Amino acid sequence: MAEFMAQGKQPEVLFWVGCAGSFDDRAKKITKAFVKLLNKANVEFAVLGTEESCTGDPAKRSGNEFLFQMQAVTNIEVLNAYEVKKIVTACPHCFNTINNEYPQLGGKYEVMHHTQFLKTLLDDGRLTVEGGKFKGKRITFHDPCYLGRANNVYEAPRDLIQKLEAELVEMKNCKRNGLCCGAGGAQMFKEPEKGDKDINVERTEQALEVKPEIVATGCPFCNTMMTDGVKVKEKESEIEVMDIAEMIVQAQDL
Amino acid sequence: MNYIPNILFAIALIVGIGYFAKNVKKLIRNIKLGQDVDVCDNKSQRWKNMTLIALGQSKMVRRPVAGFLHVIVYVGFVVINIEVLEIIIDGLLGTHRIFSSIGSLYGVLIGAFEILAILVFISVIVFWIRRNIIKLNRFWKNEMTSWPKNDANYILYFEMVLMTLFLIMNATDLHFQDLNSGNVISQYIAPLFSGLSEDIIHLIERGAWWIHILGILVFLNYLYFSKHLHILLAFPNTYYGKINPKGQLNNLEAVTNEVKMMMDPNIDPFAAPAEDAPMPAKFGASDVQDLSWVNLLNAYTCTECGRCTSECPANQTGKALSPRKIMMDTRDRLEEVGKNMDANKGDFKDDGKQLLDDYITREELWACTSCNACTEACPVSIDPLSIIIEMRRYLVMEQSAAPVELNNMMTNIENNGAPWPYNQMDRLNWKNES
Ligand code: SF4
Ligand code: SF4
Repeated sequence: MAEFMAQGKQPEVLFWVGCAGSFDDRAKKITKAFVKLLNKANVEFAVLGTEESCTGDPAKRSGNEFLFQMQAVTNIEVLNAYEVKKIVTACPHCFNTINNEYPQLGGKYEVMHHTQFLKTLLDDGRLTVEGGKFKGKRITFHDPCYLGRANNVYEAPRDLIQKLEAELVEMKNCKRNGLCCGAGGAQMFKEPEKGDKDINVERTEQALEVKPEIVATGCPFCNTMMTDGVKVKEKESEIEVMDIAEMIVQAQDL
Repeated sequence: MNYIPNILFAIALIVGIGYFAKNVKKLIRNIKLGQDVDVCDNKSQRWKNMTLIALGQSKMVRRPVAGFLHVIVYVGFVVINIEVLEIIIDGLLGTHRIFSSIGSLYGVLIGAFEILAILVFISVIVFWIRRNIIKLNRFWKNEMTSWPKNDANYILYFEMVLMTLFLIMNATDLHFQDLNSGNVISQYIAPLFSGLSEDIIHLIERGAWWIHILGILVFLNYLYFSKHLHILLAFPNTYYGKINPKGQLNNLEAVTNEVKMMMDPNIDPFAAPAEDAPMPAKFGASDVQDLSWVNLLNAYTCTECGRCTSECPANQTGKALSPRKIMMDTRDRLEEVGKNMDANKGDFKDDGKQLLDDYITREELWACTSCNACTEACPVSIDPLSIIIEMRRYLVMEQSAAPVELNNMMTNIENNGAPWPYNQMDRLNWKNES
């Protein structure tokens, strides 16, 4: 972003990478896949790089409003200094926080989830998608809570899967009835309370019921949870857990 | 003329409605113990929500069987109440079926009431079977101790009895049966009484009439003590329910002010706070008074249907958390606080108890994934998640009592700007990795 600023230019969109997308080995692959697509579509985008910091989502959901607001205010200062108007992110948690919780603290931007953004690129003809190796495959989509119920985005990711000419199969709990992967509300960072099962295993079992070849996700945390669930069920040789951006990249052989 | 029945009726009416009014006042006082929140925004959206969700039952029918039956009972309840109006006028004036003077329309009306009455009766039986014979899982969770279970059944018995009395009242009303208009159902019940003398039949009719109206007054007063309060509170509750995106948690103004002070170089951090600056008593909630009044209204509205709990991922996987229990505990504690105030001339005397720990455990609070399945499922727009978050806020900001792993996560955010212990300077490394 600093480079754009130095040249006195504004990028079309700011890609908010998020902590998982920046540091987590699995999620970094999603980041790179999405960047490939942005380049392919000739989108002039910027990232904040080392000036980006956690949005504060896990702090807020743990009840630490102080830490959340410190993070938010710091991020908003950076974003406003760069006069950012439009943000895209591959993390529904970042998406929700920036979109819904930053405005009251002075950060007002147009925020899109990467599946929504990719959808507009397709609709505008800037990116074309063919099924490639996904043609006819059975794919089920796991709705991230913070994209679906939290913000009512259900169709964009499904539209993309359909563009891959894949067979989209729905789990018994989908869309607004989708079952959580177990990571939200800062659960990602702690052991679950005692119970008789882990939530990600329960969700994976729901996915296995519809016998998919691929479990598609739109969230780095869901991705981790579902990948672990598939491992617990010892199905990792049959079922892949992939972000939709990765699927589009692989379909195009990028 | 003998005015004794009229006078007795008027007394019953005054006592019944008076006692109810007294409890409504108490209800409002208790709800107002909650913190103030601004809910004056977006009036048109709020009216729309109330019309669709409460009046139109739009979320009830998401579960088709229960939804369909509930719509019958709901419509039946509302429509048959027109008849109660007639009963009240008759009772006060000593008239008999005063509305019958409107002619043939009367038959149509009573006919409709009778059909609804029998449909309600059947629906209530199915409800009873679902609860007690099929034993649907959500009606038998841990928080469904004996009172909540009995409460639900009492209401069903009440409705069965009221509907039966209504039909008997019509069946034994010889004059009404003679008209032979509107007695669509009761004409089949009437023959049961045909062997009896007219006097006895008249006595039965009067008996059914009196027990019916007294039953309704008792039922009205039962509401306050029951989950059945939802038939009234569903309306304000859906009006005041959350209208922001579900993922949006409220902003704590008090924190915003402090953060601004900390970040603003022009403000002297050591300056004494202005005299009139109100200091927030505390952050988050440890007891019902710390919650917002909408949270408390939610608690009184909860009808303990358990749709929230049956969708909750934590509950489904055997964790202690149940969003329904969060609402029931909040109401129980609020009632306890209310009784405490009644006993102490309107002031709350510390009873050494609070909502946190004495009702809702930390284990429950920390099991929530903030997934909003509960708020999506609730047919009357209740938001258990906001209570959970308020209580977490108390634990973290007032008590520093987060689980160790979460404390580590928050320390990482503070120090490295990420929930994991990575170096902030490595944030862009992915760019150069293949
Ligand atoms: S938000 Fe929390 S309480 Fe509600 S369903 Fe999800 S995990 Fe359960
Ligand atoms: S909170 Fe709503 S869904 Fe849950 S038990 Fe109460 S009324 Fe039912």
